Amino acid sequence: MNEPKSAPVRRKKRSQLAEIWRRMRRNRLAMFGLAVVVILILVAVFADQIADYNTVVIKQDVVHRFQGPSAEHWFGTDELGRDIFARLVHGARISLLVGVVAVAIALATGGTLGAIAGYFGGVVDNVIMRVMDVFLSIPILLLAIMIVAALGSSMTNLMIAIGLASMPTFARVVRASVLSVKDQEFVEAARAIGATNGHIILRHILPNCLSPIIVQATLRVATAILSTASLSFIGLGIKPPAPEWGAMLASGRSAIRDAPHVVVIPGLVIMITILALNLLGDGLRDALDPKLKR
Amino acid sequence: MYKYICKRILMMIPVIIGVSLLVFLVLKMTPGDPARVVAGSEADEATVEQIREELGLNKPVLQQYVDYMLALLHGDMGTSYTTRKPVADEILARMPTTFILAFAGVFVAVLIGIPLGIISATKQYSVLDYISTLLALGGVAMPNFWLGLMLILLFSLKLGWLPSGGGDSWTSYVLPAITLGVGATASFMRTTRSSMLEVIRQDYIRTARAKGAGEGRVVMHHALRNAMIPVITVIGLQIGTLLGGAVVNETVFSLPGLGTLMINAINQKNEPVVLGCLITFAIIFSLVNLLIDILYAFIDPRIKSQYK
Repeated sequence: MNEPKSAPVRRKKRSQLAEIWRRMRRNRLAMFGLAVVVILILVAVFADQIADYNTVVIKQDVVHRFQGPSAEHWFGTDELGRDIFARLVHGARISLLVGVVAVAIALATGGTLGAIAGYFGGVVDNVIMRVMDVFLSIPILLLAIMIVAALGSSMTNLMIAIGLASMPTFARVVRASVLSVKDQEFVEAARAIGATNGHIILRHILPNCLSPIIVQATLRVATAILSTASLSFIGLGIKPPAPEWGAMLASGRSAIRDAPHVVVIPGLVIMITILALNLLGDGLRDALDPKLKR
Repeated sequence: MYKYICKRILMMIPVIIGVSLLVFLVLKMTPGDPARVVAGSEADEATVEQIREELGLNKPVLQQYVDYMLALLHGDMGTSYTTRKPVADEILARMPTTFILAFAGVFVAVLIGIPLGIISATKQYSVLDYISTLLALGGVAMPNFWLGLMLILLFSLKLGWLPSGGGDSWTSYVLPAITLGVGATASFMRTTRSSMLEVIRQDYIRTARAKGAGEGRVVMHHALRNAMIPVITVIGLQIGTLLGGAVVNETVFSLPGLGTLMINAINQKNEPVVLGCLITFAIIFSLVNLLIDILYAFIDPRIKSQYK
C-alpha cells in the first residue's frame, strides 16, 4: 500500500481545554457570569479579611439601625444596626457553600444511580428510574421542605435536603449520557481487554460524558442557592443571626416601608449571583459542545 | 382514546403509592416522639404510652402506612395535634386559596409568556426579541419571594393601589398572582420561542404562505397550534413548580393557604397536618400530570391514533 505521506502538521494542536476557553472567551455574557462567580468565590474565601464575623457581622448596634447607604456602611445597616455589606459578604460564604455541597451530594448520589441505571439497563434501570420518577413528581422546593421538616433545620440538613431533592435531575442527565456512549467502540474495546464494569464506568464512560454533567452542575448550584434563600426566608433554613441572604430578607421585611434598602439590596445580590451562574452554565454548554448550540 | 386515558390513570396509582410512601417514611424519621408532643412535657410516662396506643404509633411503620392510606381512601387524614380538628377539614378549607393562587399565576404567565414568545420568534433578532430574552433571564434569576416584597413595596406601600396580604377580597390575589406568574413567564416564553422557531421553518408553513394566507393567519392558525405541544408540557411542569412556589408566596402575602398551614404545622411539630399537606400536594401533582397527558392526546392526533 502506498499511502500518501500526510503533510507535517505545522500548527501546534491546541489542547481541548484551550479550545474550550477560546470558545468561552468569545461569549461576552458567559465571561460576565464567570467574572461575577470568580469575584463571589474570592469574597467568600476572604470574608473574614473583609469583615470580622464577631465584631461586625453579628454585632448588634441598635443606635445605628436602618441607616441608608453611606461611605461608612456601603449598603446601610439593618434592623439591628449591623452592616449589610459585611453580612452579604459572609452570606456569600454560606450560599456558595450550601450550593456547592448540595450539588456535590446530588451528583454523588444521583450520578452514581444514573450511571448504574444507564450502564446495566434492564430491571436495574427500571427500578432506579421509577424511584427517581417518584422523587421528580414532587417539586424540588417541597421535597426540600419535607426533608428539612423531618430532619430539623440546620445548615447540614439543608445541604442534605437540597442535595437529595436535586438528585433525580443528575440521575437523568448521567443516565442519558451513559446511554449515549456505552455502546461505542472504545467501551467495547475496554471490555474486550478484560476491564471490570466499575473500571469501564469510571475510566472510560464518565470522562466522555462530563460536559452535560458540568453544565448541569453549574446551573444546579444556582437553583440550590435560590432554594436555600427560599427555605431560610420561610424560616426552615439557616437560622439568625447567621447572615444567610434569604434570612436577611425575612428579618428585614417588617421594616420594608421605612428602610427599603434592607430588603432591596440582598435581593439584588441574590439575583446577580443566580444570573451569573445561569449565564456561566449556558456559556459552558455552548463552549463544551458547539454542536448543541442553536 | 378511552384506552389511553384508562392506561394513564392506572399508571398513576403506583406513582401515588410511591410518593405517599416516600413522604410517610421521611416524616417518620423525624427525631422526637409525637406522642410526647401531644401529651405535653408534663405528662407522665403512662399517659404518653396511652396516647401512643391511641394514635397507633406503637405499630410497625409499614402497618401505620397501610392504615393511613386505607383511612385516606375514606377521606380521613387523622386529627391535628394542635386544633384537635380533622386534618382533612383543615386542608379542604385552605385548598381553594392555594389553587386560586397557582392557577392565577399560570394565567398571568400564559398571558405574558406566550405572546412574548410568539413575537420574539416571528421577529427573531429584533429589539423586542432581545428585550424579552433579557426579561426572561432576569425573571429566572429573581428570587420569587423577593419580587413579591418589591411589588408590595411599590404597589401597596408607596402607591397604595393594592393590599399587601390577607385573603379577604380578589384584590389581595393580584400581587401574589403576578409574583408567581413572572417566575413561570420566562420558561413559557423561551419554550414558545424555540418551538415556534422550529415550526415556522416547516414545509407546511411555506405551503400556507404560498397559497396566500395572511401572515397573521399563518402564525396563529398554522404555526401556533403545532408549536403548542412542548409549551403545554412546560405549563404542566410549571403548575407543579408554581404550587411549590405558592407555599413561599403565601408566606410573603400572608394568605391562608396550604403552604402557610404546612409551614406552621412544621414549626409546631404537628405531624398529621404536615403529612396531610405533603400527601395532598403529591396527589395534586400526579393529577396535574395526568391531565396534561390526556390533554396531549387531544392536541396531538399522533398520540390519539396510537390508541384507536
